[in-house]
Amino acid sequence: MKVAHLLSATLLAGMAALPASAGSHEEKLSGTLKIFSDMSNPAPRAVMEGLAQDFDAMHDDLTVELTIIDREAYKTQIRNFLSANPPDVANWYAGNRMRPYVDAGLFMDVSDVWEGTLSEELASTKGAMTLDGKQWGVPYTYYQWGVYYRKDLYEQYGLEEPTDWESFKGNCQTLLDNGVKCFTIGTKFLWTAAGWFDYLNMRTNGFDFHMALTGGEVEWTDERVRQTFANWRELIDMGAYIDNHTAYSWQEALPFMANGEAGAYLMGNFAVAPLREAGLDDDKLDYYQFPAINGDVALAEDAPTDTFHIPSGAENPEAAKAFLKYVTSADVQTKINAGDALGQLPVNSGSSVDDDKFLKEGFEVLSSNSSGGVAQFFDRDAPAEMAKVAMEGFQRFMVQPDSLDQILDNLERARQRIYQ
Amino acid sequence: MFPTPIEKASPTARIAYKSVLPIALILWLLPLIAVAVFSIRPAEDFTNANYWGIPSSFEGFKNYGAVFFQSDMPRYMMNSVLITVPTVLGAVALSAMTGFALGVYRFNGNLLIFFMFVAGNFVPFQILMVPVRDLTLDLGLYNTKRGLILFHIAFQTGFCTLFMRNFIRQLPGELIEAARVEGVAEWRIFWYIVLPLMKPALAALAVLIFTFIWNDYFWAVVLTQGPESQPVTAGITSFNAQYRAAYHLMSAGSIVAALPPVLMFFLMQRHFIAGLTLGAVK
Amino acid sequence: MSQMTAPPARRSWWRRNQIAITPWLFLAPGILFFAVYVILPIFQSIGISTTQWDGLGEPVSVGLRNYEELYYDPAFYVSLRNNLIWLVLYLLAIPAGLFIALFLNQTVTGIRIYKSLFFFPFVISQVVVGLVFTWFYDPAFGLLNVMLGWFGAGPVNVLGDPNYVTYGIIAAGLWPQTAYCMILYLTGLNAVNPELIEAGRLDNAKGWRMLWHVVLPQLKPATFIAFVVTIIGALRSFDLISIMTNGGPFGESRVLSFYMFEVALSEYGFRMGYGAAIAVVLFLIMLCFISYFLWSMYREERQR
Repeated sequence: MKVAHLLSATLLAGMAALPASAGSHEEKLSGTLKIFSDMSNPAPRAVMEGLAQDFDAMHDDLTVELTIIDREAYKTQIRNFLSANPPDVANWYAGNRMRPYVDAGLFMDVSDVWEGTLSEELASTKGAMTLDGKQWGVPYTYYQWGVYYRKDLYEQYGLEEPTDWESFKGNCQTLLDNGVKCFTIGTKFLWTAAGWFDYLNMRTNGFDFHMALTGGEVEWTDERVRQTFANWRELIDMGAYIDNHTAYSWQEALPFMANGEAGAYLMGNFAVAPLREAGLDDDKLDYYQFPAINGDVALAEDAPTDTFHIPSGAENPEAAKAFLKYVTSADVQTKINAGDALGQLPVNSGSSVDDDKFLKEGFEVLSSNSSGGVAQFFDRDAPAEMAKVAMEGFQRFMVQPDSLDQILDNLERARQRIYQ
Repeated sequence: MFPTPIEKASPTARIAYKSVLPIALILWLLPLIAVAVFSIRPAEDFTNANYWGIPSSFEGFKNYGAVFFQSDMPRYMMNSVLITVPTVLGAVALSAMTGFALGVYRFNGNLLIFFMFVAGNFVPFQILMVPVRDLTLDLGLYNTKRGLILFHIAFQTGFCTLFMRNFIRQLPGELIEAARVEGVAEWRIFWYIVLPLMKPALAALAVLIFTFIWNDYFWAVVLTQGPESQPVTAGITSFNAQYRAAYHLMSAGSIVAALPPVLMFFLMQRHFIAGLTLGAVK
Repeated sequence: MSQMTAPPARRSWWRRNQIAITPWLFLAPGILFFAVYVILPIFQSIGISTTQWDGLGEPVSVGLRNYEELYYDPAFYVSLRNNLIWLVLYLLAIPAGLFIALFLNQTVTGIRIYKSLFFFPFVISQVVVGLVFTWFYDPAFGLLNVMLGWFGAGPVNVLGDPNYVTYGIIAAGLWPQTAYCMILYLTGLNAVNPELIEAGRLDNAKGWRMLWHVVLPQLKPATFIAFVVTIIGALRSFDLISIMTNGGPFGESRVLSFYMFEVALSEYGFRMGYGAAIAVVLFLIMLCFISYFLWSMYREERQR
């Protein structure tokens, strides 16, 4: 039995006045609606297929054509189809990750979709969808990042969820003394290392500094950046991470946690589903917020937002806009983000968060314990090229921490070129 | 014959040779055998870290069934066929003509044009990538099988012309001369005299190009994007992304993807080797 | 009158020029295709390499700035170094292929099957070869580390270690390439003149001496082709790197062909101009070899 977890009483009261279903009140739509989606993993795929089916069924004269493309391949292909054979709706990500397509005029300005109630309902993510004062798409889900850990192992060794940097490292040392690695990670595709950098930097220097750094306003050779890496190095020198992480994808790093060779995983909430599948039930798997390092800075979190956009070449923008309103409506948001669907957080403040311990905890952290701010993720906050160079540097640092000077010089040179 | 035939060596040497052969073969194919074994294991073997022990059960049918009936693999395979076959026909047809022109006639620029084809055939793909991608986008053929086929035909014409021209050079020129004296039109010489003589070359080339195009990955990635047009080499990476860490399925998928050219090779071995080794012997 | 004379006149014009025109008619479609898809793009790429272009908007001319940047780009030198390693080590496929060919050049029963099975890694796509070897090298369960374990060594993280990664990928590439060279030499050995071998035997030449002085000279055409295809294969290496490491760890397994793709079209790559500049450099390297090949072919043509 699901207990609705509602954001706040005020918003709930406001919600009652809204129409029950956003879709049923649209004007008549016709033609075809072509959707390209990157929701290729099993659970998201089912959600997307359901959305397409339901929207199709709601509109008699409209046919929804859905193409699902592998999530990794999609990242390189979007630029091709946006200009070559644009669909009416396409998935993408918020933040700076939209910039190349917005600048090239390939995404349609959808500020009119946001007019009225939607801006209030989606207030928390509006900033991430805004570039140059306009909105270029809508979010449909977001999720927290944090430390997922083996509760049973922690209990076995008498450990508690850490609350500061010292207990974080202390826990790690205990695990290492018992022959368990503190963290699993697979850095083959680089971005996992960026998760670590995000948290270490936001905890060391704060959200505003992190944003300034990803925005190209701070030198990479800055003493404060070095402090972040010095903190990271403590973990590396302890041997906190599993060996050979450069050979694994994030999925291939999961078994180390599942079979108890590693105690925790700094990851997005999407890691919960495969970990559960691998046999870690809620007694064995738990979550904690990355603890404070520098007491002077407010806690900030990574919470990447995934989005829908309308390419400017769309042939049926009317239906596309109706679809955007449909996916962001409160009950659709509740439904697709539920634990048995995406298992993530709804973007609409009128939606309810599913009664899942990880979703509840994550929602709690993001709404009441992230006063510093909410970042997207390194490769969505920094421009694409900078993200690539930097993430390579992070991976290298994890293997060759002595090369830090060279890595930072390299990043600084890239910064000067990329942000001119 | 070199080295000395083993029949002439001592009986012990003969036995040694015959027993070393299968061992060498197994070592040589070891990585492949490992994948074949993976592909019949049940999923539990991987979660229980039973990678190299006896498979706890035989799940070959289930794994291959999943590849064939629960994934896009059949579509990718079909795409590969629909890309490869027209390319083979197109490239062989074009190069039969260019090879004929360059092999039979003497004219100014003959060698120059021939060298242009040969040189183009060796060019790195990357220098063509951006313009070819743009051209395909402009023609509205991006993410279509046709776009990929057109490029493949054009590029393979280089290698095929080299092959055909050298083959035609080896044909007896007297036949053509005799026909000309009889007043046979040039196109009839091509159609009725040269083409029938080229059958072995056509077969060899067709088998070779089939393999090359089936195995192409780079252009598939550059010019296509989804299950509606991608060939199996590119499709396998999507397939693997879908089943990441499900090694039994990825292994089965890889074997399925590799199979058609292997079959082609074993069925058409003579032509295949003749094609590959043209010019290896004087 | 004119109706009477015109057709024969035309026919005789055609007849007179038939031999001169026919080759061009036969060449036209092939040349057209080849020019549009292969020759022109080379020059277009050179043009693009002088621009800054994200592939979405309009290109902006920047002169030689991309090349200047290449000069200061450490990733470019890593790629270049790896290209050199590839070139040198890939050539091992030639002696290795010769060795296996000599080993298999016998007439015992079933030898044809053996030859086919030894050859068939070559017909498998590089994508599958890449996957197969990725699993073979896996530090957790790969067969390589299982075997190293028997000798108390390992585990070695071949594809995740900057010192081994390029060699690991080249080893995977050598597998099909050796098979290719083997088949070239098997065919070549078949055609070796038995009389010369006998003459060598009478001169008491054996083993290495025979191979070096009598057999190898006769295998020269096979060696030349093996050399050509191996060099081209080494410089074209893309599939294996893309599948096995995606250029990693931290770019240490890149080669120019992969770096070009990465810069221009990969997830974070939006620099068509810079990519084109890398492609031009790769093209120039290849051009050295192409010129050599063409020159050899030209000499041969003259001899005929």
